[in-house]
Amino acid sequence: MSDVVEKTLTALPGLFDSQTGAAKITNRLKQLIKSITELTSKHEEENLMKQELSAMKEQVSSPNTTMKQMREIMVRAMYCEMLGYDASFTYIHAIKLAQQGSVLEKRVGYLAVSLFLSEGHELLLLLVNTVLRDLQSTNLIEACMALTVVAQVFPKDMIPAVLPLVEDKLSHPKEIIRRKAVLALYKFYLIAPNQVQHIHAKFRKALCDKDPGVMTSSLHIYLQLIRESPDGYKDLTGSFVAILKQVVGGKLPMDFNYHNVPAPWLQIQLLRILSLLGREDQSTSELMYEVLDESLRRAEMNHNITYAILYECVKAVYTIHPKAELLEKAARCIGNFVLSPKINLKYLGLKALTYVVQHDAKLALQHQMTIIECLDHSDFTIKRETLELLFRITNAQNVTVIVEKMLDFLRGCNDEHTIIHLVGKVAELAEKFAPDNSWFIQTMSDVFSIGGDLLQQDVPNNFLRLLAEGSESKEEDDELRLYAVDSYLTVLKGDAAHLPQRFLQVMNWVLGEYSHLQECVDQREVIRLLTKLLDQRSVSSETRVWILSALTKISEGQTDLILDLSESLSSSQDTVLRQQAQELRHLSQDSQLHEWALPRGAPWDSIEVDSSLSFLDGFVSEALAAGAAPYKPPHQRQEELCEERALNLEPYSFSLPVSLSSCSITDRQSPTMLSVSSGISGNSTELSQKAGSSTVILEGVKRVWGKDGYLPQKETAASAPPVDEPSVAVQSSGQQEAAERTEPQPEPPTQNQDKQQLASSLFVGLGAQNSISLLGKSEAPPPRFRKKPRPHESSSSSGTSERSSVSSSRSSHSTTDSLLYGSLLEEEPATSISGVNHTPKSTTANGLGQNKHMEGDRRTNTSQILGSDMVIVRPNTIQDKYPSSVSSDLTALLPPDLKDLPHSDVISLTSDPSLSLASCRVFRDEALLLVIFICNCTETVIKDVAVQLTCEELQTASLRGNVVDCLEGRSTSVCHYALLMDDPHTNVSFTGTVSYQTQPGHTNTLSFSGTLSTADFIRPLVVTTEEYGKLWLSLSHDVKQNLKLLTAAGDPLRTTLNALKDALQLHVVDIIGSEGIVACRLLSGAPCLLHCRVNGAALAMWLRSPHPALPDCILYHCQRALAEH
Amino acid sequence: MQFMLLFSRQGKLRLQKWYVPLSDKEKKKITRELVQTVLARKPKMCSFLEWRDLKIVYKRYASLYFCCAIEDQDNELITLEIIHRYVELLDKYFGSVCELDIIFNFEKAYFILDEFLLGGEAQETSKKNVLKAIEQADLLQEGHTDVGQVILLRCVCDSRRSVSAHSRKFDLIIIHSFSVVTRLLGKRS
Repeated sequence: MSDVVEKTLTALPGLFDSQTGAAKITNRLKQLIKSITELTSKHEEENLMKQELSAMKEQVSSPNTTMKQMREIMVRAMYCEMLGYDASFTYIHAIKLAQQGSVLEKRVGYLAVSLFLSEGHELLLLLVNTVLRDLQSTNLIEACMALTVVAQVFPKDMIPAVLPLVEDKLSHPKEIIRRKAVLALYKFYLIAPNQVQHIHAKFRKALCDKDPGVMTSSLHIYLQLIRESPDGYKDLTGSFVAILKQVVGGKLPMDFNYHNVPAPWLQIQLLRILSLLGREDQSTSELMYEVLDESLRRAEMNHNITYAILYECVKAVYTIHPKAELLEKAARCIGNFVLSPKINLKYLGLKALTYVVQHDAKLALQHQMTIIECLDHSDFTIKRETLELLFRITNAQNVTVIVEKMLDFLRGCNDEHTIIHLVGKVAELAEKFAPDNSWFIQTMSDVFSIGGDLLQQDVPNNFLRLLAEGSESKEEDDELRLYAVDSYLTVLKGDAAHLPQRFLQVMNWVLGEYSHLQECVDQREVIRLLTKLLDQRSVSSETRVWILSALTKISEGQTDLILDLSESLSSSQDTVLRQQAQELRHLSQDSQLHEWALPRGAPWDSIEVDSSLSFLDGFVSEALAAGAAPYKPPHQRQEELCEERALNLEPYSFSLPVSLSSCSITDRQSPTMLSVSSGISGNSTELSQKAGSSTVILEGVKRVWGKDGYLPQKETAASAPPVDEPSVAVQSSGQQEAAERTEPQPEPPTQNQDKQQLASSLFVGLGAQNSISLLGKSEAPPPRFRKKPRPHESSSSSGTSERSSVSSSRSSHSTTDSLLYGSLLEEEPATSISGVNHTPKSTTANGLGQNKHMEGDRRTNTSQILGSDMVIVRPNTIQDKYPSSVSSDLTALLPPDLKDLPHSDVISLTSDPSLSLASCRVFRDEALLLVIFICNCTETVIKDVAVQLTCEELQTASLRGNVVDCLEGRSTSVCHYALLMDDPHTNVSFTGTVSYQTQPGHTNTLSFSGTLSTADFIRPLVVTTEEYGKLWLSLSHDVKQNLKLLTAAGDPLRTTLNALKDALQLHVVDIIGSEGIVACRLLSGAPCLLHCRVNGAALAMWLRSPHPALPDCILYHCQRALAEH
Repeated sequence: MQFMLLFSRQGKLRLQKWYVPLSDKEKKKITRELVQTVLARKPKMCSFLEWRDLKIVYKRYASLYFCCAIEDQDNELITLEIIHRYVELLDKYFGSVCELDIIFNFEKAYFILDEFLLGGEAQETSKKNVLKAIEQADLLQEGHTDVGQVILLRCVCDSRRSVSAHSRKFDLIIIHSFSVVTRLLGKRS
């Protein structure tokens, strides 16, 4: 034995050496780090890194490199990447290390993967099997590592592979595993909410977990869920309050204390959840008053963490249903923040005030001196937050001072994002509260010159629209326009070359449109000014176009000036300019044409644009007859391009669908008829756009001349520095007026007195006026510039012919609307037995008549259906009082033409003593018909029954019967709604009201609601296997998941598919061996193809659709249908 | 939280963790811009910064800046405390941590961060639990599990008795295992 000991002793040094082998290797990293810090120039560093990287490259590709060495290399690679050098050649080795290494190498491998590969990196696919294996490992550490990586980098399409395993971990005995699993699921929920819908019950279990850490983690999920739909979780309010009470009361283990404050993170999370739950809900809010009070009281210690909780508390108090006592305490808290000498707290105080003044503007008054001080604070962040606060308390009295402050700040600011943000706010304030014309125009000039070309396009657009559309009184409008013309002329007379392009464009438009209002200015003078501008080098070609169109408008009768100009421009390089020069010449020579094309001072709305371009119909049909290709709208061309690309790339598509998990799809090819479809490299638009014949063409033609086509869209890059000249110049003319209005001239407040004065001008209108307003005076003075109501807020458009583009986009809106409902709404108003039925008809687009849209044949179909009218049933048919029991009989009331269509059972919606409502869904091919039965349960006549149905996610159209003049006792009236789903949602709810009069002048309302699922909007898509194959390749978004296989009887695949078919109205295209293909579509819209394959005891489902969200929705309903089976 | 950056006063990046998928180019751009902006701020200024559409919360510890990006509705102060808690964890793990610890053992710093924050949310706020998790993984790094090590030692001793030849290799294994076990025991006590 002594012999052994001896040997041991001799061997010791060598052993330690090998033991610290890893340390020796990491010396290479240390070496690297040291040598880098010693370097003096960037160039040397680059050289060194180049060497290092090439050495590493050699090492990783050598077969002799051990895993241990690999681990060390990985650490070095992380270091290189951190320094900003590309080490992407090591990525694949990181995955290998995670896969093959022992636990300690695995750890580094996983870390490298999570640092190198962000969500969506293609190499991640190679990680799936490793993660699956480690998730199943009995080694705690391995499982932890796998969960950590899953929660960090897993993309949407890989989630189904690991989901079941992660779910299982929720009931793992170790809390660390449960905690990580909950967070992984939280991450999954953020990425793909539909995929974790079925585990909501398990989240509740996590919320009740005995380990505080697991419970805290589950709150992340709840915060998210409640943020999306607070109503679904009101029942949990009590639990959250109870948890918070325990935490505040110090019932958690001491470990969770942070600087003697019990679990602050948990507290904040709970306070956030509570404020969401209590918003606009008195009864829920009442549950939490006590604990909020407690939280406010307990958090007295003077430490950052208590302030963090207090801040969250204050926010909660002001968000939920108000309680005076709490509000008072919260207000005092805010005071502590604002008055704190610590700058971070001051900042939060300002932020809290900004939030709170929306509810109570008087609070700002208390702290006015502090706010003034903050306004001149040296810290940019504080200043900006103060301006944000001032923006919230702006009213008609203090607007001039506040805007002045904001502009001052902007002039000294060089951060792009801040400028864009604040300039938009100034424009908003100016438009809302402008005291007079001169101020408004001058402020907008400042906005344009400061905002420059960073400005968001809607600021100039809104401004021009306001000028153009005007208010009710013509004199006021003209006064404003005249003022704008005057001030812009002054600006242009100065040095205008360096002004921002956007500002020049605005000025040109205004001058072109309104310079004729100013009689004392010679038009020739204006033309000369504009021509001069045109010659400036700094003016962009887009602006030149604006200038030319302004010239075109005012050129009438000034042929001599124009001819030279248009002559010189007709040789311009720019085609648009050349075209405009031509137009200008023609118009200036023919005053009659000019008058007709550009009528001066014509009212805005009177211009009618034939947006359907019907006058071109003859031309189009001639061209078509002569064999021209039918027009395809850009998006369709784009689609085709994609499809073609998909076909071209086909040989490569073999490798794309890689098997996702060990147990999922193993075949590496597109499901069906690949060989067939590869032979036919045809144009598959015919397939996807089935009836896209000549009818689509006209719809497309409109778009050519839409706003994108006609108008130049080029972005100007040159930005000119802000200028003061314009404002100064303008001020001189309007100064007198302005001075009278704003008594306290905004000067830099140097003395305290100045500050006081500033305060009085800033906070005017918040105090005294406010208290008066409480007595019944209207709070906000009416905005000066009231926009005329518009049918549609047309999207902002730029370009020369603002006028035509606005109106054309407007009318194209209404056209598309009615196209969608075209077949449904062009029905004759239904006349009922009891009187005339007022079906509100949507406006039928004028151009529609010629558009033989693809629904032509459908229309005749519909009119047949709707030819029969509202059904009134004699009392003896229905005797029962309650809808639930009548429901079966009500099916008989369906109009005969609807009876044969597939429809759901009749379900009762709601009832009151006089009326009862039931509904039935009828699955028509092009829409879902919601048939509402209105039963009069009384013996007396009910009058003026009107149904109103709303649903945000759906397009609803009332077909008929939603207004009934008179519903006799014991009779039933039927009302139809057509519903369309544009964007798939798993479930949508609709709400509605029925108003009716039992006695004249006495209106009752009855509200109802219900839910519809995607399944209601899905229709079978009948295609052949070949068509399916072609379509499959053309679709881009796919989702894969394993589903339960029904094994009850006979062929499991057939049974399962039939069950799905029954539940979801799918079309089973073909079943070949253990594979089945199924197709459906979303009403008349996007198709969705399903490929099912039996894989052991599961059904591997692979869905594809052009719509990203549709596969998820369908998958969800498939899951449910199979679960219920 | 969207991302966390650690950088030195000289503007050298020491640690970066991104919780939102961004391209490498974007990451570099953001890092460069932020490092510049934060370093330009004076010590007395407030720790928050509005930057693009994000809120930046930063704090300086000795020569190292810790910098987090959060969304507007998040609580700035608690983020400041998250940074502080992370520093506490590093301090406890390394024993009065300094910048050099993080430079040379940055992978350890990452491991600690991953136990503390997961997917941008605070995962475990108990200091004890975080360190326990790290220690457990570290133990593995040294040997296998401690129990496993003892068992291995036993087996080797047993087998040695039966093997007639005095193999040096066996001795080495025994001694290796011994040293690991004694170190483990030392750590425990």
